[in-house]
Amino acid sequence: MSSIGFECLNVRYGEHEAVYALTDHVRPGEWLCLIGPNGAGKSSVLRAVAGLVPYRGAITVDGTPLADRSPRRRAALVAYVPQSPLMPDDMTGLEYVLLGRNPYIGYFGSESKHDRALVTDVLHRLDLHEFAGRRLGSLSGGERQRLVIARAVAQEAPVLLLDEPTSALDIGHQQQALELVDRLRHDHGLTVVSAMHDLTLAGLYADRLALLHQGHVVSTGDAAHVLRPETLSEFYGVSVSVHHEPDGTVVVVPRRSAAR
Amino acid sequence: MSADQRVVRRWWLPAAFVLLAASVAFGAMIGPAGGISSTNWEIIWNIRLPRVALAGIVGAMLSLAGASYQGVFRNPLVDPYLLGAAAGAGLGATLVFIYGRLSTSGWLVDPLPLAAFVGALLAVIVTYTVGASFGGSSLSLVLAGVAVAALATAVQQYLLLRNSDVIKEVYSWISGRVSTATWGDVKLVLPYVVVCSVVLLVHRRHLDVLRVGDEEAATLGSEVRRVRLVVVIAATLGTAAVVSVSGLIGFVGIMVPHLVRLVAGSSYRMVLPLSIVVGASFLILADIPGRILERGSETPIGVVTALVGAPMFIFVLRTRRVPA
Repeated sequence: MSSIGFECLNVRYGEHEAVYALTDHVRPGEWLCLIGPNGAGKSSVLRAVAGLVPYRGAITVDGTPLADRSPRRRAALVAYVPQSPLMPDDMTGLEYVLLGRNPYIGYFGSESKHDRALVTDVLHRLDLHEFAGRRLGSLSGGERQRLVIARAVAQEAPVLLLDEPTSALDIGHQQQALELVDRLRHDHGLTVVSAMHDLTLAGLYADRLALLHQGHVVSTGDAAHVLRPETLSEFYGVSVSVHHEPDGTVVVVPRRSAAR
Repeated sequence: MSADQRVVRRWWLPAAFVLLAASVAFGAMIGPAGGISSTNWEIIWNIRLPRVALAGIVGAMLSLAGASYQGVFRNPLVDPYLLGAAAGAGLGATLVFIYGRLSTSGWLVDPLPLAAFVGALLAVIVTYTVGASFGGSSLSLVLAGVAVAALATAVQQYLLLRNSDVIKEVYSWISGRVSTATWGDVKLVLPYVVVCSVVLLVHRRHLDVLRVGDEEAATLGSEVRRVRLVVVIAATLGTAAVVSVSGLIGFVGIMVPHLVRLVAGSSYRMVLPLSIVVGASFLILADIPGRILERGSETPIGVVTALVGAPMFIFVLRTRRVPA
Protein backbone atom coordinates (compact mmCIF):
# COMPACT_ATOMS: atom_id res chain seq x y z
CA MET A 1 0.00 0.00 0.00
CA SER A 2 1.25 3.44 -0.86
CA SER A 3 0.65 6.91 0.51
CA ILE A 4 0.36 10.08 -1.55
CA GLY A 5 1.62 13.40 -0.32
CA PHE A 6 0.77 16.86 -1.70
CA GLU A 7 3.04 19.65 -0.57
CA CYS A 8 1.92 23.12 -1.59
CA LEU A 9 0.70 21.90 -5.01
CA ASN A 10 0.02 24.68 -7.51
CA VAL A 11 -1.31 24.14 -11.02
CA ARG A 12 -1.59 27.09 -13.42
CA TYR A 13 -2.93 27.38 -16.94
CA GLY A 14 -1.37 30.62 -18.16
CA GLU A 15 -2.59 33.31 -15.77
CA HIS A 16 -5.31 31.11 -14.30
CA GLU A 17 -4.45 29.39 -11.02
CA ALA A 18 -6.41 26.11 -11.12
CA VAL A 19 -5.05 24.60 -7.90
CA TYR A 20 -3.63 26.74 -5.13
CA ALA A 21 -1.32 25.54 -2.33
CA LEU A 22 -2.88 22.11 -1.89
CA THR A 23 -1.28 20.26 1.00
CA ASP A 24 -2.66 16.86 1.98
CA HIS A 25 -1.63 13.36 2.89
CA VAL A 26 -3.59 10.38 1.58
CA ARG A 27 -2.96 7.40 3.81
CA PRO A 28 -2.08 3.99 2.35
CA GLY A 29 -5.31 2.26 1.32
CA GLU A 30 -7.42 5.40 1.79
CA TRP A 31 -10.00 6.61 -0.74
CA LEU A 32 -9.96 10.39 -1.04
CA CYS A 33 -12.69 11.94 -3.14
CA LEU A 34 -12.31 15.47 -4.48
CA ILE A 35 -15.63 17.27 -4.81
CA GLY A 36 -16.51 20.80 -5.79
CA PRO A 37 -18.26 22.76 -8.54
CA ASN A 38 -17.07 22.71 -12.16
CA GLY A 39 -13.72 24.45 -12.50
CA ALA A 40 -12.85 24.00 -8.81
CA GLY A 41 -9.58 22.22 -9.71
CA LYS A 42 -10.50 18.56 -9.07
CA SER A 43 -9.37 17.26 -12.45
CA SER A 44 -6.25 19.44 -12.35
CA VAL A 45 -5.11 17.72 -9.15
CA LEU A 46 -5.55 14.31 -10.75
CA ARG A 47 -3.87 15.40 -13.98
CA ALA A 48 -0.91 16.71 -12.00
CA VAL A 49 -0.51 13.36 -10.23
CA ALA A 50 -0.80 11.58 -13.60
CA GLY A 51 1.98 13.80 -14.98
CA LEU A 52 -0.23 15.42 -17.61
CA VAL A 53 0.12 19.05 -16.47
CA PRO A 54 3.13 20.92 -15.11
CA TYR A 55 2.91 21.93 -11.46
CA ARG A 56 4.83 23.63 -8.68
CA GLY A 57 5.22 22.10 -5.26
CA ALA A 58 5.64 18.39 -4.74
CA ILE A 59 3.58 15.24 -5.23
CA THR A 60 5.09 12.22 -3.51
CA VAL A 61 4.28 8.52 -3.50
CA ASP A 62 5.66 6.84 -0.40
CA GLY A 63 7.73 9.95 0.24
CA THR A 64 9.50 10.01 -3.15
CA PRO A 65 8.65 12.91 -5.49
CA LEU A 66 6.87 11.72 -8.65
CA ALA A 67 8.70 14.37 -10.67
CA ASP A 68 11.91 12.35 -10.21
CA ARG A 69 10.39 9.27 -11.82
CA SER A 70 10.63 8.28 -15.47
CA PRO A 71 7.30 8.06 -17.35
CA ARG A 72 7.37 4.26 -17.17
CA ARG A 73 8.17 4.18 -13.46
CA ARG A 74 5.44 6.73 -12.80
CA ALA A 75 2.97 4.60 -14.74
CA ALA A 76 3.92 1.61 -12.59
CA LEU A 77 3.03 3.66 -9.49
CA VAL A 78 -0.02 5.60 -10.66
CA ALA A 79 -2.88 4.34 -12.85
CA TYR A 80 -5.20 7.00 -14.28
CA VAL A 81 -8.78 6.52 -15.47
CA PRO A 82 -9.69 9.65 -17.45
CA GLN A 83 -13.15 11.18 -17.61
CA SER A 84 -13.64 10.33 -21.28
CA PRO A 85 -11.22 7.55 -22.23
CA LEU A 86 -10.40 7.26 -25.92
CA MET A 87 -11.35 3.70 -26.81
CA PRO A 88 -10.71 2.70 -30.44
CA ASP A 89 -13.83 0.99 -31.75
CA ASP A 90 -12.03 -1.85 -33.46
CA MET A 91 -9.64 -2.71 -30.64
CA THR A 92 -10.59 -5.88 -28.75
CA GLY A 93 -11.13 -5.96 -24.99
CA LEU A 94 -8.00 -8.06 -24.55
CA GLU A 95 -5.84 -5.74 -26.66
CA TYR A 96 -7.15 -2.78 -24.67
CA VAL A 97 -6.48 -4.25 -21.22
CA LEU A 98 -3.03 -5.43 -22.39
CA LEU A 99 -2.10 -1.74 -22.84
CA GLY A 100 -2.01 -1.61 -19.04
CA ARG A 101 1.18 -3.70 -19.17
CA ASN A 102 3.01 -1.01 -21.14
CA PRO A 103 5.02 0.29 -18.14
CA TYR A 104 6.62 -3.13 -17.73
CA ILE A 105 7.63 -3.68 -21.35
CA GLY A 106 11.01 -2.47 -22.58
CA TYR A 107 11.25 -0.06 -25.53
CA PHE A 108 12.10 -2.84 -27.98
CA GLY A 109 10.12 -5.55 -26.20
CA SER A 110 6.63 -6.95 -26.44
CA GLU A 111 4.21 -8.51 -23.97
CA SER A 112 5.53 -11.57 -22.19
CA LYS A 113 3.60 -14.72 -21.35
CA HIS A 114 3.36 -13.35 -17.82
CA ASP A 115 1.71 -10.14 -19.10
CA ARG A 116 -0.85 -12.12 -21.10
CA ALA A 117 -1.56 -14.49 -18.23
CA LEU A 118 -1.98 -11.58 -15.83
CA VAL A 119 -4.40 -9.78 -18.16
CA THR A 120 -6.42 -12.96 -18.70
CA ASP A 121 -6.60 -13.34 -14.93
CA VAL A 122 -7.72 -9.71 -14.48
CA LEU A 123 -10.45 -10.20 -17.09
CA HIS A 124 -11.67 -13.31 -15.27
CA ARG A 125 -11.60 -11.73 -11.83
CA LEU A 126 -13.52 -8.69 -13.08
CA ASP A 127 -15.95 -10.98 -14.89
CA LEU A 128 -14.98 -9.45 -18.22
CA HIS A 129 -13.53 -12.49 -20.01
CA GLU A 130 -16.48 -12.65 -22.40
CA PHE A 131 -15.39 -9.25 -23.77
CA ALA A 132 -11.78 -10.30 -24.43
CA GLY A 133 -12.41 -10.93 -28.12
CA ARG A 134 -15.19 -8.36 -28.60
CA ARG A 135 -14.49 -5.06 -30.28
CA LEU A 136 -14.82 -2.04 -28.01
CA GLY A 137 -17.24 -0.40 -30.44
CA SER A 138 -19.74 -3.21 -29.83
CA LEU A 139 -19.81 -2.77 -26.03
CA SER A 140 -22.14 -0.69 -23.86
CA GLY A 141 -20.97 2.28 -21.79
CA GLY A 142 -20.94 0.25 -18.58
CA GLU A 143 -18.96 -2.59 -20.15
CA ARG A 144 -16.44 -0.18 -21.58
CA GLN A 145 -16.04 1.57 -18.22
CA ARG A 146 -15.30 -1.74 -16.54
CA LEU A 147 -12.66 -2.48 -19.19
CA VAL A 148 -11.01 0.88 -18.49
CA ILE A 149 -10.86 -0.05 -14.81
CA ALA A 150 -9.51 -3.48 -15.80
CA ARG A 151 -6.75 -1.77 -17.78
CA ALA A 152 -5.87 0.26 -14.69
CA VAL A 153 -5.82 -2.94 -12.60
CA ALA A 154 -3.53 -4.62 -15.15
CA GLN A 155 -1.20 -1.67 -14.65
CA GLU A 156 -0.61 -3.04 -11.10
CA ALA A 157 -0.06 0.47 -9.75
CA PRO A 158 -0.65 0.99 -6.01
CA VAL A 159 -2.32 4.37 -6.65
CA LEU A 160 -5.54 4.63 -8.68
CA LEU A 161 -6.80 7.97 -9.99
CA LEU A 162 -10.40 8.19 -11.17
CA ASP A 163 -11.68 11.31 -12.91
CA GLU A 164 -15.49 11.28 -12.86
CA PRO A 165 -15.59 7.50 -13.25
CA THR A 166 -19.38 7.30 -13.31
CA SER A 167 -20.49 10.47 -15.08
CA ALA A 168 -21.63 8.64 -18.22
CA LEU A 169 -23.32 5.72 -16.48
CA ASP A 170 -26.85 5.02 -15.29
CA ILE A 171 -27.47 4.54 -11.58
CA GLY A 172 -27.05 0.75 -11.73
CA HIS A 173 -23.77 0.90 -13.61
CA GLN A 174 -22.58 3.75 -11.37
CA GLN A 175 -22.99 1.52 -8.36
CA GLN A 176 -21.45 -1.45 -10.18
CA ALA A 177 -18.34 0.53 -11.16
CA LEU A 178 -17.83 2.02 -7.69
CA GLU A 179 -18.39 -1.34 -5.98
CA LEU A 180 -15.73 -2.75 -8.30
CA VAL A 181 -13.27 -0.01 -7.35
CA ASP A 182 -14.04 -0.53 -3.67
CA ARG A 183 -13.50 -4.28 -3.96
CA LEU A 184 -10.22 -3.79 -5.81
CA ARG A 185 -9.13 -1.30 -3.19
CA HIS A 186 -9.58 -3.87 -0.47
CA ASP A 187 -8.23 -6.84 -2.47
CA HIS A 188 -5.16 -5.07 -3.82
CA GLY A 189 -4.58 -2.48 -1.12
CA LEU A 190 -5.01 0.40 -3.59
CA THR A 191 -4.90 4.03 -2.56
CA VAL A 192 -7.61 5.84 -4.52
CA VAL A 193 -8.01 9.51 -5.38
CA SER A 194 -11.15 10.31 -7.35
CA ALA A 195 -13.02 13.36 -8.55
CA MET A 196 -16.80 13.06 -8.47
CA HIS A 197 -19.87 15.19 -8.99
CA ASP A 198 -22.41 12.95 -7.29
CA LEU A 199 -22.06 13.98 -3.65
CA THR A 200 -24.11 11.11 -2.23
CA LEU A 201 -22.05 8.50 -4.08
CA ALA A 202 -18.83 10.31 -3.13
CA GLY A 203 -19.78 10.18 0.55
CA LEU A 204 -20.96 6.58 0.25
CA TYR A 205 -17.70 5.14 -1.10
CA ALA A 206 -14.84 7.48 -0.13
CA ASP A 207 -13.19 7.47 3.29
CA ARG A 208 -12.64 11.17 3.11
CA LEU A 209 -13.91 14.08 1.01
CA ALA A 210 -12.05 17.25 0.10
CA LEU A 211 -14.23 20.11 -1.11
CA LEU A 212 -12.41 22.38 -3.56
CA HIS A 213 -13.50 25.86 -4.52
CA GLN A 214 -11.53 27.99 -7.01
CA GLY A 215 -8.45 25.86 -6.48
CA HIS A 216 -8.54 25.98 -2.67
CA VAL A 217 -9.47 23.15 -0.31
CA VAL A 218 -12.25 24.72 1.76
CA SER A 219 -13.35 21.67 3.75
CA THR A 220 -12.02 18.17 4.27
CA GLY A 221 -13.16 15.25 6.40
CA ASP A 222 -15.76 12.48 6.35
CA ALA A 223 -19.08 12.82 4.55
CA ALA A 224 -20.99 13.97 7.64
CA HIS A 225 -18.46 16.76 8.16
CA VAL A 226 -18.15 18.05 4.59
CA LEU A 227 -21.65 17.48 3.23
CA ARG A 228 -23.45 20.11 5.26
CA PRO A 229 -26.24 22.17 3.72
CA GLU A 230 -24.67 25.52 4.60
CA THR A 231 -21.25 24.49 3.20
CA LEU A 232 -22.74 23.16 -0.03
CA SER A 233 -24.99 26.16 -0.58
CA GLU A 234 -22.07 28.51 0.02
CA PHE A 235 -19.72 26.86 -2.47
CA TYR A 236 -22.12 25.35 -5.02
CA GLY A 237 -24.59 28.25 -4.82
CA VAL A 238 -27.43 25.77 -4.50
CA SER A 239 -30.10 24.98 -1.97
CA VAL A 240 -29.88 21.36 -0.77
CA SER A 241 -31.27 19.22 1.97
CA VAL A 242 -28.99 16.66 3.59
CA HIS A 243 -30.42 13.48 5.11
CA HIS A 244 -28.58 11.16 7.44
CA GLU A 245 -29.67 7.54 7.05
CA PRO A 246 -29.57 5.20 10.05
CA ASP A 247 -26.61 3.31 8.49
CA GLY A 248 -24.58 6.53 8.38
CA THR A 249 -25.12 7.26 4.67
CA VAL A 250 -25.36 10.96 3.92
CA VAL A 251 -27.87 11.73 1.16
CA VAL A 252 -27.70 15.07 -0.62
CA VAL A 253 -30.88 16.14 -2.42
CA PRO A 254 -31.16 19.40 -4.34
CA ARG A 255 -34.17 21.52 -3.42
CA ARG A 256 -36.36 23.05 -6.05
CA SER A 257 -36.49 26.82 -6.13
CA ALA A 258 -39.59 28.19 -4.35
CA ALA A 259 -40.54 30.40 -7.33
CA ARG A 260 -42.37 28.25 -9.91
CA MET B 1 -8.28 -12.05 -29.13
CA SER B 2 -11.09 -13.93 -30.84
CA ALA B 3 -10.58 -17.21 -32.67
CA ASP B 4 -11.53 -15.42 -35.89
CA GLN B 5 -8.79 -12.90 -35.44
CA ARG B 6 -6.21 -15.56 -34.73
CA VAL B 7 -7.17 -17.28 -37.96
CA VAL B 8 -6.92 -13.98 -39.82
CA ARG B 9 -3.51 -13.35 -38.33
CA ARG B 10 -2.25 -16.79 -39.24
CA TRP B 11 -3.39 -16.57 -42.82
CA TRP B 12 -2.88 -13.07 -44.01
CA LEU B 13 0.88 -12.78 -43.85
CA PRO B 14 1.51 -16.02 -45.84
CA ALA B 15 -1.28 -15.01 -48.23
CA ALA B 16 0.35 -11.63 -48.74
CA PHE B 17 3.67 -13.27 -49.52
CA VAL B 18 2.02 -15.49 -52.12
CA LEU B 19 0.52 -12.34 -53.66
CA LEU B 20 3.98 -10.74 -53.67
CA ALA B 21 5.59 -13.78 -55.36
CA ALA B 22 2.84 -13.81 -58.00
CA SER B 23 3.28 -10.08 -58.57
CA VAL B 24 7.03 -10.47 -59.07
CA ALA B 25 6.46 -13.28 -61.57
CA PHE B 26 3.87 -11.27 -63.53
CA GLY B 27 6.02 -8.18 -63.35
CA ALA B 28 8.96 -10.04 -64.86
CA MET B 29 6.93 -11.77 -67.56
CA ILE B 30 4.70 -9.09 -68.97
CA GLY B 31 5.91 -6.22 -71.10
CA PRO B 32 6.23 -4.67 -74.56
CA ALA B 33 8.81 -7.27 -75.58
CA GLY B 34 6.10 -9.92 -75.48
CA GLY B 35 5.49 -12.87 -73.23
CA ILE B 36 8.01 -15.07 -71.54
CA SER B 37 8.38 -17.12 -74.75
CA SER B 38 10.60 -14.48 -76.32
CA THR B 39 12.95 -15.00 -73.43
CA ASN B 40 15.74 -12.63 -73.55
CA TRP B 41 17.58 -12.87 -70.29
CA GLU B 42 19.09 -9.43 -70.84
CA ILE B 43 15.65 -7.82 -71.04
CA ILE B 44 14.41 -9.62 -67.96
CA TRP B 45 17.49 -9.10 -65.86
CA ASN B 46 18.42 -5.55 -66.83
CA ILE B 47 15.08 -3.92 -67.65
CA ARG B 48 12.15 -5.80 -66.13
CA LEU B 49 13.57 -7.08 -62.87
CA PRO B 50 15.06 -3.75 -61.75
CA ARG B 51 11.72 -2.05 -62.30
CA VAL B 52 9.92 -4.88 -60.51
CA ALA B 53 12.38 -4.57 -57.63
CA LEU B 54 12.13 -0.80 -57.52
CA ALA B 55 8.31 -0.83 -57.75
CA GLY B 56 8.25 -3.35 -54.91
CA ILE B 57 10.59 -1.31 -52.74
CA VAL B 58 8.75 1.96 -53.44
CA GLY B 59 5.33 0.40 -52.84
CA ALA B 60 6.48 -1.24 -49.63
CA MET B 61 8.10 1.90 -48.28
CA LEU B 62 5.25 4.28 -49.17
CA SER B 63 2.67 1.90 -47.67
CA LEU B 64 4.69 1.34 -44.51
CA ALA B 65 5.39 5.07 -44.14
CA GLY B 66 1.70 5.85 -44.73
CA ALA B 67 0.57 3.33 -42.10
CA SER B 68 3.14 4.68 -39.64
CA TYR B 69 2.09 8.28 -40.22
CA GLN B 70 -1.54 7.25 -39.75
CA GLY B 71 -0.62 5.64 -36.46
CA VAL B 72 1.42 8.46 -35.10
CA PHE B 73 -1.17 11.09 -36.08
CA ARG B 74 -4.12 8.81 -35.25
CA ASN B 75 -5.74 9.73 -38.53
CA PRO B 76 -6.54 7.19 -41.25
CA LEU B 77 -6.66 9.93 -43.91
CA VAL B 78 -3.00 10.77 -43.57
CA ASP B 79 -0.44 9.82 -46.21
CA PRO B 80 3.36 9.85 -46.12
CA TYR B 81 3.37 13.25 -47.81
CA LEU B 82 1.47 14.86 -44.91
CA LEU B 83 4.33 16.89 -43.48
CA GLY B 84 5.41 18.35 -46.81
CA ALA B 85 7.71 15.60 -48.14
CA ALA B 86 6.03 15.53 -51.56
CA ALA B 87 5.94 19.29 -52.00
CA GLY B 88 9.57 19.58 -50.89
CA ALA B 89 10.69 16.80 -53.23
CA GLY B 90 8.68 18.39 -56.05
CA LEU B 91 10.34 21.75 -55.48
CA GLY B 92 13.80 20.18 -55.33
CA ALA B 93 13.22 18.29 -58.57
CA THR B 94 11.78 21.40 -60.27
CA LEU B 95 14.94 23.35 -59.43
CA VAL B 96 17.09 20.68 -61.09
CA PHE B 97 14.90 20.62 -64.22
CA ILE B 98 15.08 24.41 -64.45
CA TYR B 99 18.84 24.37 -64.04
CA GLY B 100 18.83 21.96 -66.96
CA ARG B 101 19.21 18.21 -67.20
CA LEU B 102 21.68 18.61 -70.07
CA SER B 103 24.02 20.87 -68.18
CA THR B 104 24.00 18.48 -65.20
CA SER B 105 24.48 15.32 -67.25
CA GLY B 106 28.24 15.45 -66.76
CA TRP B 107 27.99 15.68 -62.99
CA LEU B 108 29.50 12.91 -60.94
CA VAL B 109 26.26 12.43 -59.01
CA ASP B 110 22.85 12.84 -60.64
CA PRO B 111 21.44 15.91 -58.86
CA LEU B 112 17.77 15.00 -59.48
CA PRO B 113 17.32 12.31 -56.79
CA LEU B 114 19.62 14.25 -54.49
CA ALA B 115 17.61 17.47 -54.84
CA ALA B 116 14.30 15.62 -54.39
CA PHE B 117 15.65 13.83 -51.32
CA VAL B 118 17.02 17.02 -49.75
CA GLY B 119 13.86 18.96 -50.65
CA ALA B 120 11.63 16.38 -48.97
CA LEU B 121 13.76 16.25 -45.83
CA LEU B 122 14.08 20.05 -45.59
CA ALA B 123 10.32 20.52 -45.91
CA VAL B 124 9.63 18.03 -43.12
CA ILE B 125 12.35 19.52 -40.89
CA VAL B 126 10.79 22.99 -41.33
CA THR B 127 7.34 21.52 -40.61
CA TYR B 128 8.53 19.76 -37.47
CA THR B 129 10.40 22.85 -36.21
CA VAL B 130 7.39 25.11 -36.79
CA GLY B 131 4.97 22.53 -35.34
CA ALA B 132 7.14 22.00 -32.27
CA SER B 133 7.19 25.74 -31.61
CA PHE B 134 3.37 25.58 -31.38
CA GLY B 135 3.50 22.86 -28.74
CA GLY B 136 4.33 19.82 -30.87
CA SER B 137 0.88 18.23 -30.71
CA SER B 138 -0.15 16.14 -33.69
CA LEU B 139 -2.61 18.85 -34.76
CA SER B 140 0.04 21.59 -34.72
CA LEU B 141 2.35 19.37 -36.79
CA VAL B 142 -0.37 18.66 -39.34
CA LEU B 143 -1.24 22.36 -39.62
CA ALA B 144 2.43 23.27 -40.01
CA GLY B 145 2.66 20.57 -42.72
CA VAL B 146 -0.25 22.10 -44.62
CA ALA B 147 1.41 25.52 -44.50
CA VAL B 148 4.86 24.29 -45.56
CA ALA B 149 3.40 22.19 -48.40
CA ALA B 150 1.38 25.17 -49.63
CA LEU B 151 4.48 27.38 -49.52
CA ALA B 152 6.69 24.88 -51.37
CA THR B 153 4.00 24.24 -53.98
CA ALA B 154 3.49 27.99 -54.50
CA VAL B 155 7.24 28.52 -55.07
CA GLN B 156 7.31 25.54 -57.44
CA GLN B 157 4.34 26.87 -59.44
CA TYR B 158 5.87 30.32 -59.67
CA LEU B 159 9.14 28.83 -60.91
CA LEU B 160 7.28 26.68 -63.46
CA LEU B 161 5.38 29.67 -64.83
CA ARG B 162 8.67 31.50 -65.30
CA ASN B 163 10.24 28.43 -66.92
CA SER B 164 7.36 26.90 -68.85
CA ASP B 165 9.73 24.87 -71.08
CA VAL B 166 10.29 22.32 -68.30
CA ILE B 167 6.63 21.93 -67.28
CA LYS B 168 6.23 18.61 -69.13
CA GLU B 169 9.38 17.14 -67.64
CA VAL B 170 8.42 18.22 -64.14
CA TYR B 171 4.90 16.83 -64.39
CA SER B 172 6.19 13.60 -65.82
CA TRP B 173 8.46 13.31 -62.76
CA ILE B 174 5.65 14.25 -60.38
CA SER B 175 3.42 11.56 -61.89
CA GLY B 176 5.99 9.00 -60.84
CA ARG B 177 7.80 6.36 -62.83
CA VAL B 178 9.81 3.22 -62.31
CA SER B 179 10.20 2.49 -66.05
CA THR B 180 13.78 3.76 -66.21
CA ALA B 181 14.80 1.84 -63.10
CA THR B 182 18.26 0.33 -62.98
CA TRP B 183 19.92 -1.90 -60.42
CA GLY B 184 21.82 1.26 -59.45
CA ASP B 185 18.55 2.90 -58.35
CA VAL B 186 17.67 -0.19 -56.35
CA LYS B 187 21.06 -0.21 -54.62
CA LEU B 188 20.76 3.52 -53.96
CA VAL B 189 17.48 3.34 -52.04
CA LEU B 190 17.59 -0.14 -50.55
CA PRO B 191 19.78 0.69 -47.52
CA TYR B 192 17.50 3.61 -46.54
CA VAL B 193 14.39 1.50 -46.98
CA VAL B 194 15.76 -1.43 -44.98
CA VAL B 195 16.95 0.71 -42.06
CA CYS B 196 13.77 2.82 -41.96
CA SER B 197 11.54 -0.25 -42.22
CA VAL B 198 13.31 -1.96 -39.32
CA VAL B 199 12.97 1.17 -37.17
CA LEU B 200 9.26 1.48 -38.01
CA LEU B 201 8.54 -2.21 -37.39
CA VAL B 202 10.24 -1.96 -33.99
CA HIS B 203 7.73 0.77 -33.10
CA ARG B 204 4.58 -1.11 -34.08
CA ARG B 205 3.67 -1.88 -30.45
CA HIS B 206 4.18 1.80 -29.54
CA LEU B 207 1.77 2.78 -32.32
CA ASP B 208 -0.83 0.50 -30.74
CA VAL B 209 -0.38 2.29 -27.41
CA LEU B 210 -0.79 5.67 -29.15
CA ARG B 211 -4.22 4.57 -30.40
CA VAL B 212 -5.69 5.61 -27.03
CA GLY B 213 -4.45 9.18 -27.51
CA ASP B 214 -1.34 11.10 -26.49
CA GLU B 215 -2.46 11.73 -22.91
CA GLU B 216 -3.53 8.22 -22.03
CA ALA B 217 -0.46 6.80 -23.75
CA ALA B 218 1.65 9.09 -21.55
CA THR B 219 -0.12 7.87 -18.40
CA LEU B 220 0.65 4.32 -19.55
CA GLY B 221 4.34 5.21 -19.54
CA SER B 222 4.85 5.98 -23.25
CA GLU B 223 7.25 8.72 -24.23
CA VAL B 224 4.85 10.04 -26.82
CA ARG B 225 7.00 12.80 -28.28
CA ARG B 226 10.02 10.58 -28.65
CA VAL B 227 8.03 7.83 -30.33
CA ARG B 228 6.40 10.33 -32.69
CA LEU B 229 9.73 11.94 -33.56
CA VAL B 230 11.50 8.63 -34.26
CA VAL B 231 8.58 7.31 -36.34
CA VAL B 232 8.27 10.54 -38.33
CA ILE B 233 12.03 10.64 -38.99
CA ALA B 234 12.12 7.01 -40.19
CA ALA B 235 8.95 7.31 -42.29
CA THR B 236 10.13 10.59 -43.82
CA LEU B 237 13.65 9.38 -44.57
CA GLY B 238 12.28 6.27 -46.26
CA THR B 239 9.69 8.28 -48.21
CA ALA B 240 12.29 10.85 -49.30
CA ALA B 241 14.61 8.07 -50.47
CA VAL B 242 12.02 6.35 -52.63
CA VAL B 243 10.45 9.48 -54.13
CA SER B 244 13.92 10.68 -55.07
CA VAL B 245 14.16 7.84 -57.62
CA SER B 246 10.49 7.14 -58.39
CA GLY B 247 8.92 10.59 -58.36
CA LEU B 248 5.70 11.26 -56.51
CA ILE B 249 3.58 8.13 -56.63
CA GLY B 250 0.37 9.01 -54.83
CA PHE B 251 -2.46 7.05 -53.31
CA VAL B 252 -0.42 3.95 -52.38
CA GLY B 253 0.49 5.21 -48.93
CA ILE B 254 -3.11 5.87 -47.98
CA MET B 255 -4.87 3.05 -49.81
CA VAL B 256 -2.75 0.00 -48.95
CA PRO B 257 -2.89 0.45 -45.15
CA HIS B 258 -6.68 0.85 -45.46
CA LEU B 259 -7.03 -2.36 -47.44
CA VAL B 260 -4.86 -4.14 -44.89
CA ARG B 261 -7.02 -2.85 -42.01
CA LEU B 262 -10.18 -4.02 -43.73
CA VAL B 263 -8.96 -7.60 -43.87
CA ALA B 264 -6.64 -7.94 -40.88
CA GLY B 265 -7.88 -5.45 -38.27
CA SER B 266 -6.33 -2.25 -37.01
CA SER B 267 -3.54 -3.45 -34.74
CA TYR B 268 -0.31 -1.96 -36.03
CA ARG B 269 1.43 -5.24 -35.29
CA MET B 270 -0.42 -6.61 -38.31
CA VAL B 271 -0.92 -3.41 -40.31
CA LEU B 272 2.78 -2.51 -40.59
CA PRO B 273 4.23 -5.83 -41.79
CA LEU B 274 1.25 -6.51 -44.05
CA SER B 275 1.45 -3.01 -45.56
CA ILE B 276 5.03 -3.76 -46.63
CA VAL B 277 4.10 -6.95 -48.48
CA VAL B 278 0.77 -5.76 -49.90
CA GLY B 279 2.24 -2.37 -50.84
CA ALA B 280 5.08 -4.02 -52.75
CA SER B 281 2.67 -6.35 -54.57
CA PHE B 282 0.28 -3.52 -55.41
CA LEU B 283 2.90 -1.29 -56.97
CA ILE B 284 4.52 -4.15 -58.92
CA LEU B 285 1.09 -4.99 -60.38
CA ALA B 286 0.25 -1.31 -60.93
CA ASP B 287 3.41 -0.97 -63.01
CA ILE B 288 2.20 -3.57 -65.55
CA PRO B 289 -0.74 -1.75 -67.24
CA GLY B 290 1.46 1.27 -67.86
CA ARG B 291 3.79 -0.83 -70.04
CA ILE B 292 1.10 -2.19 -72.31
CA LEU B 293 -1.55 0.56 -72.48
CA GLU B 294 0.38 2.72 -74.92
CA ARG B 295 2.87 1.22 -77.30
CA GLY B 296 6.03 3.25 -77.62
CA SER B 297 5.47 5.30 -74.52
CA GLU B 298 4.56 4.59 -70.93
CA THR B 299 1.66 5.70 -68.77
CA PRO B 300 3.20 7.04 -65.55
CA ILE B 301 2.76 4.60 -62.67
CA GLY B 302 1.36 7.34 -60.41
CA VAL B 303 -1.49 7.77 -62.91
CA VAL B 304 -2.12 4.02 -62.97
CA THR B 305 -2.16 3.69 -59.16
CA ALA B 306 -4.91 6.27 -58.98
CA LEU B 307 -6.80 5.09 -62.10
CA VAL B 308 -6.85 1.46 -61.00
CA GLY B 309 -6.61 1.97 -57.27
CA ALA B 310 -9.32 4.57 -56.77
CA PRO B 311 -12.24 2.56 -58.22
CA MET B 312 -11.00 -0.57 -56.45
CA PHE B 313 -10.73 1.36 -53.21
CA ILE B 314 -14.25 2.78 -53.56
CA PHE B 315 -15.57 -0.72 -54.29
CA VAL B 316 -13.88 -2.15 -51.19
CA LEU B 317 -15.09 0.73 -49.01
CA ARG B 318 -18.64 0.18 -50.21
CA THR B 319 -18.55 -3.49 -49.33
CA ARG B 320 -16.73 -3.31 -45.98
CA ARG B 321 -16.97 -1.15 -42.91
CA VAL B 322 -14.07 1.31 -42.52
CA PRO B 323 -12.30 1.03 -39.17
CA ALA B 324 -11.37 4.32 -37.51
